[in-house]
Amino acid sequence: MALQNGGALLGKWTWREFEGLPQTRVKVDIHCVTTWSKLDTNWQGVTIDTLLQAAGLSEPPRPYVMLHCDGGYTTNVPVEDLINGKAMIATHFEGKPLSPEHGGPARLLVPHLYFWKSAKWVRRLRFIPHDEPGFWESLGYHLYGDPWREQRYVGD
Amino acid sequence: MSPDESSLPAAPLDGNAVAGLLREVFIFDATSATLTCGGCGAIAQVGSARLYGGAMGAVLRCAHCDTAVLRIARTPMGLWLDMQGARSLMIAPNGAV
Amino acid sequence: MSETNTLAGPQRLLWRTAEVREVIDETPRVRSLFLSVTGWSCHRPGQHVDVRLTAEDGYQAQRSYSIASAPEAPQLAITVERIDDGEVSPYLTTEVRVGDRFEVRGPIGGYFVWTAALGGPLFLIAGGSGIAPLMAMLRYRAAVGSDVPALLLYSSRTFADIIYREELNQLAAASDGPSVVHTLTRQQPAGWTGPARRIDRDMLTEIGIAASAQPRVFVCGPTSLVEQTTQSLLALGHEANLIKTERFGPTGAPR
Repeated sequence: MALQNGGALLGKWTWREFEGLPQTRVKVDIHCVTTWSKLDTNWQGVTIDTLLQAAGLSEPPRPYVMLHCDGGYTTNVPVEDLINGKAMIATHFEGKPLSPEHGGPARLLVPHLYFWKSAKWVRRLRFIPHDEPGFWESLGYHLYGDPWREQRYVGD
Repeated sequence: MSPDESSLPAAPLDGNAVAGLLREVFIFDATSATLTCGGCGAIAQVGSARLYGGAMGAVLRCAHCDTAVLRIARTPMGLWLDMQGARSLMIAPNGAV
Repeated sequence: MSETNTLAGPQRLLWRTAEVREVIDETPRVRSLFLSVTGWSCHRPGQHVDVRLTAEDGYQAQRSYSIASAPEAPQLAITVERIDDGEVSPYLTTEVRVGDRFEVRGPIGGYFVWTAALGGPLFLIAGGSGIAPLMAMLRYRAAVGSDVPALLLYSSRTFADIIYREELNQLAAASDGPSVVHTLTRQQPAGWTGPARRIDRDMLTEIGIAASAQPRVFVCGPTSLVEQTTQSLLALGHEANLIKTERFGPTGAPR
C-alpha cells in the first residue's frame, strides 16, 4: 500500500505493517450501478484518515485521488469523499478476509458512492491536482458516481 | 456479494464471448481480426484473448501479458470502445484465414 | 474507381424472430431446439447466435449459443444445457414449446470456424456441451462429403451425458466418417473399454492426432478443460496458430 503525491512517495506499508494500523469496523449499505443494493454489510479495514495520519499528513496534499489497483484498474475520487470517516481500505467482509473475487486482499470502500468506485485490489493512492477519469470513468461511466442523484454514466 | 464491477472470474472466457457485442461496433467479425498487443507485441486473433467482464463492461486482455487490449462498455449514450492497449488490428478480407 | 455494390458486404446484425419448430431432449440436462428464423442468412460451422428473451414486464436476458446444425440443414439448431439458477437455460430446456418465439441475432464469430477449404486433418476436442459447435463442423463435413481426416475426442461425465451419441455413432460408421473417441470422467457403464478420465497429455499422445500431422485443432468446453488441453497440445508440439479455442462459461458474456 502506498500513498503518492505526483512522483513523491508519501507513505508505504508492507502487508504486515498495514495490518498493524488501527482498524475500524463499519456497517453500511452498498449500491451497485446495476440498480442493485445490499443493506447492512459489515466491513473492517483502515480508514483513509488513519492512513493519512500514519503517513504523517495533517491534511491531504491535493484535492483528488487516483486509486491504482491490480490489473491496471484505476478509479478517481475527490479527497473530500475519502476523509472524515467516509472511506476505508477494507480487508475484511462479514468478519472474514476479503477473497480475491471480491477485491481481496484489500479494496477501497467508499459506500456513499456507487460500488464500482470501491475499487478492488487497491495498491496505491495518488494525489492529483485535477479530477481525471479512471478505468471505467474513461469508458462512459460518471466521474463522481452519486447513487442519490443516479449518476451512473457520463451526462447523468 | 454482488456480481458487480470489474470482476475477475476464476475462469475467464475468451473473445468469442463478446463477438456479438463487437459485431455491434464493427460490421465485420472482430474475433478473427489479428491484434498486435501494445504491451508485449504478441500477435493473436481477438477470439483468443482472455475476456474479463461483469456488469460494468468487457475487458479483453492479451493472453501473454495481460494488458487490456480492448475495453467496451454499454451506456445510455452508446457503446464506448477503448483500444489504446492494442497497437494495431488487421482485418483480412472475408473468408481469408 | 471501380463500382461498388452497396448492398453486398458486411452490415449491422439485426435481431430476428426465431420460431421453435422442433424440440429434442438429447440428455437429461440438454435439449436441442430447431428454429426457423426469418431472414436468416447462411452460417459457417462453429459460429454462434445470441438469443434474447423478453419477459412480460420488459426484462430482457441474453445468452450466446453455438449453432449445432450444418449450414446445409433446413433449420437452425442450438443445443442448450440446463444451468441450475440460470436465467435463460431453464426456460429453453424445460418450458419452451413448439411454436414459441424469441429473438435471435447472428451468425456471429469467425475465429472459431472450420470449413473444408481450411483443410486438415481436423482434430476436435470437446467437453460437455462444448460439443455443439464441433457437431456443426462434423455435420457440415458429412453434408458436403468432405474426406478431410477427422477425429473427435469427446469428454463427458457419464454415458447418459453424451450428447448426440447415436448420431455420432452413425457418422463414425460411414465411410470417410470421423473417428470418435469418448472419455467418461465420472462414471462408466459395465464393460466400458474406453478412456475413463479427464483429457490429459497421455491421452492426447495415445489417441490424438500427432503434432507432426499439423492438424487444425478446435477445443471447446469449460474453461478449465480448454486451458489444460491447450497447454498439453502446445507441450506436444502443436503450433499455437493451428489451435482454436472457445471457452464456455456458466452465465455468458457481458453485454
